[in-house]
Amino acid sequence: MALLEARALHAGYGQTRVLHGMDFALEKGAITALLGANGAGKTTTLRALCGLVKTRGEIRFAGERIDGRKTEDIVRLGVAHVPDGRGTFAHLTTEENLRLGAYIRKDRASIDADLQRMYGYFPRLAERRRQQAGTLSGGEQQMLAISRALMLAPKLMLLDEPSFGLAPLLVVELFDILRRINQREQVTMFIVEQNAAMALELANSAYLLETGRVVLSGSSDVLKRDDAVRRAYLGY
Amino acid sequence: MEALLHQILAGLATGGIYASLALALVMIYQATHLVNFAQGEMAMFTTYIAWSLVNAGVPYWLAFAATVLLAFLFGVLIERLVIRPVEDAPVLAVVVVFIALLLILNSVTGWIYSYTIKSFPSPFPKESVFGKWLSSHELGAIGVTLVVVLLVYGFFRFTPLGLAMRAAAQNPASARLVGIRVGWMLALGWGLAAAVGAVAGMMVAPIVYLDPNMMGGILLYAFAAALVGGIDNPWGAVFGGFLVGVLENVLGAFVIGNELKLSVALAIIVGVLLVRPSGFFGSVHVTRV
Amino acid sequence: MSIASVKTWSVPVLVLAVLGLAAIALPFVVSSYRTFQCTLVMIYAIALLGLNILTGYSGQISLGHGAFYAMGAYCTAILMDKLGVPYWATVPLAGAFCLVVGFLFGLPALRLEGLYLALATFALGVAMPQLLKYKALEGWTGGVQGIVILKPEAPAFFPKIGLPLDPDQWLYFFTLGSTAVMFILGRNLLRGRVGRALIAIRDQHIAAEAMGVNNALYKSAAFGVSAMYTGVAGALGAIAVQFVAPDSFTIFLSIMLLVGIVIGGLASISGALYGALFIQFVPNIADEVSKAAPWAIFGVFMIVFVYLMPTGVAGAARLLLARAGKKAQNPSAFPREESP
Repeated sequence: MALLEARALHAGYGQTRVLHGMDFALEKGAITALLGANGAGKTTTLRALCGLVKTRGEIRFAGERIDGRKTEDIVRLGVAHVPDGRGTFAHLTTEENLRLGAYIRKDRASIDADLQRMYGYFPRLAERRRQQAGTLSGGEQQMLAISRALMLAPKLMLLDEPSFGLAPLLVVELFDILRRINQREQVTMFIVEQNAAMALELANSAYLLETGRVVLSGSSDVLKRDDAVRRAYLGY
Repeated sequence: MEALLHQILAGLATGGIYASLALALVMIYQATHLVNFAQGEMAMFTTYIAWSLVNAGVPYWLAFAATVLLAFLFGVLIERLVIRPVEDAPVLAVVVVFIALLLILNSVTGWIYSYTIKSFPSPFPKESVFGKWLSSHELGAIGVTLVVVLLVYGFFRFTPLGLAMRAAAQNPASARLVGIRVGWMLALGWGLAAAVGAVAGMMVAPIVYLDPNMMGGILLYAFAAALVGGIDNPWGAVFGGFLVGVLENVLGAFVIGNELKLSVALAIIVGVLLVRPSGFFGSVHVTRV
Repeated sequence: MSIASVKTWSVPVLVLAVLGLAAIALPFVVSSYRTFQCTLVMIYAIALLGLNILTGYSGQISLGHGAFYAMGAYCTAILMDKLGVPYWATVPLAGAFCLVVGFLFGLPALRLEGLYLALATFALGVAMPQLLKYKALEGWTGGVQGIVILKPEAPAFFPKIGLPLDPDQWLYFFTLGSTAVMFILGRNLLRGRVGRALIAIRDQHIAAEAMGVNNALYKSAAFGVSAMYTGVAGALGAIAVQFVAPDSFTIFLSIMLLVGIVIGGLASISGALYGALFIQFVPNIADEVSKAAPWAIFGVFMIVFVYLMPTGVAGAARLLLARAGKKAQNPSAFPREESP
């Protein structure tokens, strides 16, 4: 069952069109990867899903149309976006950042419990809870960004290049946590990644984007063995 | 020496009023990165509303509370109706809208209430508590300023709504991503700033008498105070306000006389800014290439 | 040359020629009072061009340009009244004076950015009338009363060739000539290397510095030139009005100049003219609409103009021309992006 479906999705900035009629679906409870080279339109796709970019075409979330709706409203339906650049509130503390993630929730007790759970996944954030978020290292800000998104208790998480700027060991650790979260809490994930190898290890299925169009899709296993993908994105 | 002390204390009293208005300016600046040049006129207009209420027989503190509430709504309305349509326009275009608001409010107030000076009541007793040092009203004005500043600080620091407003001001795009309705946060900010401005107006009116042009010089001092304190720091605004109040009074009484005290005060402030370009407590912005 | 390129080249020249002819014919066709108003429009246009050089092109803000206008005006008045200098010579002298003062003011003021510079210039604008009223300088400035100067007569040359010009008409042509000179000077300045350097500093000052543009020098020079233009306008204004007094040059003048360039159009030479028309004629219109609260009506006009044309009249005109030229194409209409 598809949690999110996009049909004939066009998007762009001003006079420049970036996405040229994309079709894709995200299966509920699964991790889907969006691969492609720089400039293919991966970030634009995530932005289009959140209403951060003007779009044409249909986007359905749990059957409801969300294209054309405001970001704040889409978020309230349970879509959490971890943007490229992380979007940290640099002048607020780590804990304030996390609490803001739960801004729209009303269940005080669960929010506190979730906060502790985030500190459990990422102990380094607990150490820095009262520190100004802008002073955290790149990796820590990435953890903060993901935790903030999780504080929403989202149904769908959109992650834009979560491995960016992280040391390889940290990426392994991070993706492990993402897998755990997906399995335990049934959070559907849509991950944009340039690191195709790692993404295909984590994801159940993937889409390959080239200059704004989907050129290939399928389960990770199939894509891993595809010649074109191997040569262009897996390096062998 | 006695005279100096008296001027300093009187300066603190007017400084409190500058501090309140400076705080309102900083609040809007933090949310929008714009200085609301119409802040003074908005405060003046709401003070006239208070005058109308008091004149109609409403007891002072009830009129005060009602005015603060009405000013809040007025601020929200102005943001939603007048400012929102130009939020994507170039900065100077928005500044022109502020100036237009200033002109409209000033002119309309003069038209409705006429330009004759009116007296405005003070809620504080006529007999002076500190005798020759400070009138009750001046002391009361300082007290009210401090209460307002503490309330505003407490709101932003300790309440979830205050946190959301800070987030929306710092990083509107990320704020949207956590579901904050950034547009309404802006409107709320304007409402609060207008309410703070109304308090400043009601505190200054008994001293300078109610007149449509009463806030012009005060706005200028508040602007200077906000900058000298650091335009993005609310505490700086308060510090700046008191500093400017004392500076103005001391200069006017001992150094240069009332005609040139405005120019000299401003010159000194600009001098300070040349040495510390971000004001005393402003954050220094390091720009990455 | 193909037909297309001849067309695109000659249309603006044709427009200018028509405007030029209209401008020359004007004082013979309309009343003395209207001629006087048009003289004032040209004077404001010069002042606005000066402010635009600073704010539009080099991205610095001034809330105190009225002070330079006042300086130019008083220069003229003092030179004419106390030193007997002929009126036409006072104009370049006033310009030179303001150039130097502006440059010197710009040097330290550079350290301030944005709002802080706004405050510094605002302080200048507020201080000017107070300084002019200051008792110690009364000998030169005439104090609160100000200085009255005589209206210049048209040179004897004109009646001799059978074209008698009354003082208002002569003043109009004198101003027209000055305006043309200032605008041509400005155009050459801004379309060449200097203009590009200023825009580079405005848009990416760190990169500009890295590319060898001496930011400090250019910014101070921009301030100086901008002050010079406004000073020249002030000098012409003093001659036109025949009177200078401190209360003619309050902070309100500085604010009106700012309003003028924003409504006219920033970073645009024609914007100065549109802005001048606005600040000269719209207050009169506002007065017609409501005698009781004319400035409120003026404020409403300001808001309407900004809502409809956020990049000024010049900006809107540019958009219209661009759209007219692009009728063939069919661009996909996606508005600007929001970046997180």
